[in-house]
Amino acid sequence: MALTSESIPVLWRLARLDFDAVRQQHVLLYPEGAVLLNDTGHAILELCDGARTVTAIAEALKEKYQRDVSADVLAYLTQLTEGDFVREASTSR
Amino acid sequence: MKPARAVESNGNAPAPAPIAGGRPTTLLAELTHRCPLRCPYCSNPLELVGAEGELSTDDWKRVLTQARELGVLQLGLSGGEPLVRKDLEQLASHARGLGFYSTLVTSGLGLTRKRAERLRETGLEHIQISIQDTDTQTADRIAGVPAVTQKAAAAAAVRELGFVLSVNVVLHRANLHRVGEIIELAADWGADRLELANTQYYGWALENRTALMPSRAQVEAASAVVDDAIAVHRDRMQIIYVLPDYFEESPKACYGGWGSVYLVVAPDGRTLPCHGATHITTLKFDTVREHSLSWIWEQSSAFQAYRGDDWMREPCRTCPQKAVDFGGCRCQAFALTGDATNPDPVCGLTPHRALIDAALQDADEPIHYQYRDFATGR
Repeated sequence: MALTSESIPVLWRLARLDFDAVRQQHVLLYPEGAVLLNDTGHAILELCDGARTVTAIAEALKEKYQRDVSADVLAYLTQLTEGDFVREASTSR
Repeated sequence: MKPARAVESNGNAPAPAPIAGGRPTTLLAELTHRCPLRCPYCSNPLELVGAEGELSTDDWKRVLTQARELGVLQLGLSGGEPLVRKDLEQLASHARGLGFYSTLVTSGLGLTRKRAERLRETGLEHIQISIQDTDTQTADRIAGVPAVTQKAAAAAAVRELGFVLSVNVVLHRANLHRVGEIIELAADWGADRLELANTQYYGWALENRTALMPSRAQVEAASAVVDDAIAVHRDRMQIIYVLPDYFEESPKACYGGWGSVYLVVAPDGRTLPCHGATHITTLKFDTVREHSLSWIWEQSSAFQAYRGDDWMREPCRTCPQKAVDFGGCRCQAFALTGDATNPDPVCGLTPHRALIDAALQDADEPIHYQYRDFATGR
C-alpha cells in the first residue's frame, strides 16, 4: 500500500493538527501521542484534505518554496504513512 | 502510553529558551491511589497514598498549568480510579482550557451516563477503559470485585457521547489465550483503540509474577493472533501491542530516555520520571508542594539520575543500541539487580539475563494472587 504521487492522503481520523504556543511550533496530536512538526511538514499536512493528490499538494507548495518539492512531499507523507498518521483516502480513514 | 516522537526540529519560529533535558510532552497525573479494583498487576506502588495525603484541587490546577508552560501536550488523568475524585470535572475542564490532549484512564466503575455527560461538557476528548478478561469469572477474579457489567455500560456511554474510546487490557497467563476474544469484544464495543499490554513486572506485578507469567507457547500463539488482527482492524480500531519483554532478546526502550519526554505526578505530589521509578528506593522524589514542576524537571536529582548516558556501564556504554533503548528500563534493572545503573536484565548481553530466564519457568506454578488492600495499608 505504498503511497504514490496519485494517492490522496488524509490525516488519520484520530489525529489533528494544533499549534503549541510554548514551543511556537505546529504539532500533530492523537490519543496519547504527539508529533512535533516543522513548518514544511505542517504546510504539507494542512493540504491533506481528502481531495488533493500528492501531486496536487506538491503543486500547491511549489509557489511557496519556489522549486519542485514533489519528491520531498512524497517522502514526508510516506514517512507519516508508515506511522499510520496519514492514510490513503481511497480506503476508510 | 506511547512516547511522543519529535520528527524534526523547529523551523523559522522564534525558538523558546532551551531547558535541561528538553521539554516533556507527556504528564501522567495520578490523581489518587483509591480504586474499587484490586488487580494483582496494579501499577500503583506497594505503599499506597490515602485520601488524606492527596493533592487538593488547587494544587492539581497549578500543576497542570505549570505542565503546559513546560511544554506538556498529552495529559493522562489517571489513578487509582480518577473518578473517585469529585473534582475530576473541574480538572478536566482546566486541562481543556490549557490546550492539552487529555485522556481519562479509568476502570469504568463510577462512569455513569450522567458522569460521562458532565465530562463531555468539559471538552475531554478521550477515555480509556480497562477490562480484565472476556471470561466473567476470570475477570472478576483479577479485579477482585465484580465489574464486568458496569464496564460494558460505561463503554457504551462513552461511545454514544462521542468520546474517542480506548480499551486497555493487561495480558497474563490467565487471559492471554483469550486475546482473540478480547479483540472482538473491543471491536464490538466500537473502540477506536485497543491497548493489549503484556504485564510489566514492577511492584504488585513483580510480587505476583509467579501467578501472572505466561508460557512461551501462549505468548507465541497470542502474537500470531494479534499480528493478524492489527491488519484486519486497521481502518476502524488501532491495536497497540505491548510486547512481553521477558520473552524478547532486547530490552524495551526507557520511555523516550529517562527524564526526556515523560513525567508522573503521584497523588501526594511527588514527581517521578516514570511510574515505575517509585520502586527505585535509592532515588529521592521532590514534590510539587515544595517546588515548581519546571524546577523538578530541570533540577530534581531523580530526573538527573539517568538522563543522557553518563551513568551507563558496559556493555551499554559502548553499545550502538543505547541510542534506541537507552539501556532498557532503569526500574527493571533496579527491581531485579538492586542497581539501576545495570543494563536491563532482559538484554541478552548482560549476565543478569539469567534472572529473566529463571522467571520464565514460573508458568508451571499454580496461580495464587496477592491483592492490594487499603484495609491493610497496601
